[in-house]
Amino acid sequence: MDSLNTYLFIAAILFSLGLFGVITRRNGVAVLMGIELILNSANLNFLAFAKFGGMNMSGHIFALFVIIMAAAEAAVALAIIINIFKNFHTINVDDVQGLRQ
Amino acid sequence: MTGNMIMDYSLLILFLPLAAFVIQIFIGKRLPRQGDWVAIGAVVTTLILSIAMFTSMLIGQEPQFAQEASFTWLNMGAFKIELGFLVDNITITMLLVVALISSMSHIFSVKYMEGDIRYSRYFAYLGFFTFSMNGIVLANNLVSMYMFWELVGVSSYLLIGHWFEKASAADAAKKAFLTNRVGDIGFFIGILLIFSTLGTFTFSEIFDSIAAGKMGGTLLTFAGVGLFLGAMGKSSQFPLHIWLPDAMEGPTPVSALMHAATMVAAGVFLCVRLFPLFTPDALIVMAYVGGFTAIFAATIAITQNDIKKVLAYSTVSQLGYMILAVGSGAYIAGFFHLVTHAMFKACLFYGSGSVIHAMHHALHKKHDHETDPQDMRNMGGFKEKMPITYWAMLISTLAISGVPLFSGFLSKDAILAGTLSFATHQPIHFLLPVFGFGAAVITAFYMFRLIFMTFHGKPQMAELYDDIRESPREMTFPLILLSTLSVFIFYTLPYFNPFSDHGWYTELIVASDAAVPGNPTSHFIAEGIHHAHYPAMAISLIVAALGIFLSWSMYFKKKISADDWAQKLKPMYNLSLNKYFFDENYNRFLYQPFLKLSSLVAYIDWDLYDKYFINGFGRVTKVFSFFTGRMDYDGLDQTIIDGIGRSVRHTGGALKFLQTGRLQNYLLFALLGVVVIVLVQSF
Amino acid sequence: MIDAVFWFIVLLTLGSAVTVVLHQKLLYSAIALLFTLFGVAALYIFLWADFLAGVQVVIYVGGILVLIIFGIMLTNRISSVNISHTSVQRGIGGLAVLGVLSILGIMILNTPWHQADYVEPTQTTASIGTLLMMDYLLPFEVTSLLLLAALIGAVMLSRRGE
Repeated sequence: MDSLNTYLFIAAILFSLGLFGVITRRNGVAVLMGIELILNSANLNFLAFAKFGGMNMSGHIFALFVIIMAAAEAAVALAIIINIFKNFHTINVDDVQGLRQ
Repeated sequence: MTGNMIMDYSLLILFLPLAAFVIQIFIGKRLPRQGDWVAIGAVVTTLILSIAMFTSMLIGQEPQFAQEASFTWLNMGAFKIELGFLVDNITITMLLVVALISSMSHIFSVKYMEGDIRYSRYFAYLGFFTFSMNGIVLANNLVSMYMFWELVGVSSYLLIGHWFEKASAADAAKKAFLTNRVGDIGFFIGILLIFSTLGTFTFSEIFDSIAAGKMGGTLLTFAGVGLFLGAMGKSSQFPLHIWLPDAMEGPTPVSALMHAATMVAAGVFLCVRLFPLFTPDALIVMAYVGGFTAIFAATIAITQNDIKKVLAYSTVSQLGYMILAVGSGAYIAGFFHLVTHAMFKACLFYGSGSVIHAMHHALHKKHDHETDPQDMRNMGGFKEKMPITYWAMLISTLAISGVPLFSGFLSKDAILAGTLSFATHQPIHFLLPVFGFGAAVITAFYMFRLIFMTFHGKPQMAELYDDIRESPREMTFPLILLSTLSVFIFYTLPYFNPFSDHGWYTELIVASDAAVPGNPTSHFIAEGIHHAHYPAMAISLIVAALGIFLSWSMYFKKKISADDWAQKLKPMYNLSLNKYFFDENYNRFLYQPFLKLSSLVAYIDWDLYDKYFINGFGRVTKVFSFFTGRMDYDGLDQTIIDGIGRSVRHTGGALKFLQTGRLQNYLLFALLGVVVIVLVQSF
Repeated sequence: MIDAVFWFIVLLTLGSAVTVVLHQKLLYSAIALLFTLFGVAALYIFLWADFLAGVQVVIYVGGILVLIIFGIMLTNRISSVNISHTSVQRGIGGLAVLGVLSILGIMILNTPWHQADYVEPTQTTASIGTLLMMDYLLPFEVTSLLLLAALIGAVMLSRRGE
């Protein structure tokens, strides 16, 4: 079953799961993990199109760049989370409610 | 005199006194001598102009002379009113009479009203009256006649009430005006009947239409009676005679001018002008009213003690004579009597004014403010002290009593001849000459009574007698002039027969035929008068002599005691003295019930309608507005308007939970939004 | 045979992903993430992206996952290894996500994707390198700048006090 739709579906499911994680998890790091899932699903999409959709190597390049972005972003995000932990002594994103009305 | 000149003169005669009125009213007080020279100047100019017109009439010798000029006042297509002048011989004669008496009044008033507090206003009103009276004389149509009729009534009101501080004067003025108005209702109805049938107001057109048969029978009789009602009011005929005696509250010159010579004569003038349109039935009504008034007023005059009241009732009686003449068909005789009566009655009034003036002076000197200066019982023996007044009044009394050689004899004789001829042709109306001759007896009686009581005998108040003196020149001049004009000769020129009225008057002022088809022609009437002339003369001479003899024996020789007779005929004496209780009965049966009715209506209007209905409306509106206010304020404002605000706030407060400050919640909402949007889009 | 392997790997990936988002204990989520990343790398192989599979393993698993575990360790009390926490708004979130998933699925099925013939590439690494230096040079340089910035930023953020 090596068709485009398969891979797209897989990517879609991964995406949804990642989304679920982002909006559901209380822990900041867990939210970050959800984000990684989302990024991976995007990569999967790119590469599926690279093979089936005629993008060829451009898709690979794109996916490469995504990975690089993910790395940078993960680093900065973790730095932020550590800072939040230092200031609020908790990394439950629930408790960071400075913008609450 | 050319036609244009006639019209120009008429315009001047009409409007000069009006100009004098306007000037006097506005700046009179500030002029030197309070401006009486303005009024006198205007009126004397009028006199000169009318003398000029009169002279030209005498020279021209045209009995049928008539000039008419009109202009359209109101033109609404189908409805047109034209106003204008009609100048014929009757007009010219009347204008002269009015101008003459008015000038005399003006001159007389200079001394009589000296020092009066409203001197300039008095002269202004005199000018206004002259204007209005000339308007009536010159009118050629019913509308302008009615307008000036009312204006004359207004001037009468203003002048009678000149001393309005006196309650009796104010009341008398009101009474005069209101009684006049009662008559005017009839006048107006008559005008409307004529207009609605014939569609015109102008005399000449009316006469032509009636002669053509467009209006007749009962309708025309009613119109005629209606118009006559106006004359009844103005000329103080029974039963609307009540105002004239009370009008004596006004100054004596006013009484002379208006209530002897001119204004009251306006009613007679109306009947003379409109004679052609009266049906035989209307004329009969006129004759009986006039005849009855003549004798009725005379019976009151014999017991009156106030000198002016005697003259007032005498005027009513003489006016009755004139109306009787018109009713009998001898309307030219009636007009003749109007002219002569104007002269001698005005002279009598001026004379009485002179006497009263002297009495006032004497009483004032004695600081006596209670004695009535007008009561004849306080006079007596003034003949030596006031010779000019005496002789003038004597001449006028002789004229009014119908003594030959004087003007009154000629005119009265003509009237009596008219009634006699009328009764000869219609014997059923025998009462008319009886009224006429009966009134003649009584007239002679009471007029000489006046002369004897005032000027002869012993002075009743000796303390006053020394201070009585003759009046100044301005007051005696009119007396002299008018008494002179009461002599026969001025009416019979160019002939000198004192027993025949043949003269310029009878030649120039001729009767016109009645317009009503079937009425006796003027020729027929003239024939009848001619036949009855000598019998009437004989009877009137006898009758006059009888009256004078009776009066002479009662008051001069004192052979018959007046008081004894008064006692013997006490009930009749009382009736006469109290004017037959007319005023009292009118009050009881007319005024009071009417006042009660008005107060009832006023009660219904104020206390019932206003209080309950109108105020009720107000209250209902108040309650209603209270509820609407509540609805608006509490309901609308509070609930709805504020409610919207409040609900928005609640919603905001409720939706506050959305702003949790948590990132993941925001994200969730975003996702949900996207899902919803896509769902909506795909459907 | 290949299909079976394929589906096994898919199952592994998806199962691990479920564990990542649902498990109570954070560290177990991290380990599950490890397996997910490995599964994705295997899927890359199926898609003839062998170079990227290698990059995935090296950077994602070797770098990012390690960072995440560091983060976990640094932000919890060390004494309690059982780092448990609850999740929130699971119900609504699940519904929303299901909605998104269904949308995506419907979209995938209904869209006529442009499909071209595919040929297995002979050298992926060389082509990627060539492309990086030729067509995508600018993004390459910008990326290096980005990494520098991220590096400096991360260091700045995690300094103590001062």
